[in-house]
Amino acid sequence: MSGGPMSASITIEQDGSTRLIDAADRFAAVVALLEKGSSLSRTIGLNGSETQQVEIIRVESRSAERGEWKPWFPVIDYARCTNCMQCLSFCLFGVYGVDAEKKIQVQNQDKCKTNCPACSRVCPEAAIMFPKYKSGPINGDTVSADDLRREKMKVDISSLLGGDVFQMLRDRSQRAQSRFSKERDADKALKERQKCLAKLAEMGDIPPEVLMALPSPEEIQRRAEEAAAKAQAARS
Amino acid sequence: MTRILYCHCTYAQVVPKATKDAVLEKLCASRVNFEACADLCEMSARKDPALKRLAQGNSIKIAACYPRAVKWLFHAAGAPLPQDGVQILNMRVDNADTICATMESDTP
Repeated sequence: MSGGPMSASITIEQDGSTRLIDAADRFAAVVALLEKGSSLSRTIGLNGSETQQVEIIRVESRSAERGEWKPWFPVIDYARCTNCMQCLSFCLFGVYGVDAEKKIQVQNQDKCKTNCPACSRVCPEAAIMFPKYKSGPINGDTVSADDLRREKMKVDISSLLGGDVFQMLRDRSQRAQSRFSKERDADKALKERQKCLAKLAEMGDIPPEVLMALPSPEEIQRRAEEAAAKAQAARS
Repeated sequence: MTRILYCHCTYAQVVPKATKDAVLEKLCASRVNFEACADLCEMSARKDPALKRLAQGNSIKIAACYPRAVKWLFHAAGAPLPQDGVQILNMRVDNADTICATMESDTP
């Protein structure tokens, strides 16, 4: 990527206007534009007389300001996906749906809970990625045989727990409610809830804030049934 | 002519800063034309039409993250990458020297 002499100044074209910057500030200017959410293209050519190099940085588009939204959503690897609908059954937030051919797809990315990779944990084929996740294969790293074995094991554990992690949550909640109503001790109730949530969070690496934001057990049941019905309809 | 796309991963910073800065610095100091985006994930979520343009045409080298993730991010945006002529360089794993050397090489 080396070459001849660089231009002395750079033209930045943005929003229909142009400005010149010193070529020495090129890197800082590009970083500043990217950090603000801009996409850009850099082109180098010669001017009309072909004696002077011309460098243009064209700002193509601008997305949301950094920090407004972390692009966190599932990305399906269709080379691995078997269309089993486990993700559709599992997600309580309506992220998944099916297309006209009943093929699973991510339909509502913005409904996904930031930093929650739970649906990828229930996928038996490790076909669901969150590119901004910290570790593989969820982040898109190659899926190894060991990864696949672990994913299948997780599903089996889920089955042992009653086949439905939400059912487990509901049962725990009901048992806790019954116990708390007898004990009438708010501190104990809170501690027990936190203990249950911590365990569930550990199982699926689900952020505590996502679990704390879960709706009531009745609403969870309603949404789980709705998701299961959608999955069933897609399978039939 | 092979095109170059660089992703800055602005919105999550999962790509090591030292690597992406070194790659971008070298690109800026070079005389090659390149395109840079703030965040490929964000573009995919918005189904940015630019992804279709990038997926079509001549061969392309993409400096971003895991190839499997990049491939399906384009697909999710309705802009599947072609089978041939695409090279995805992983700034999460490889160091800047390796990335830059691959970008300099002729093979798409």
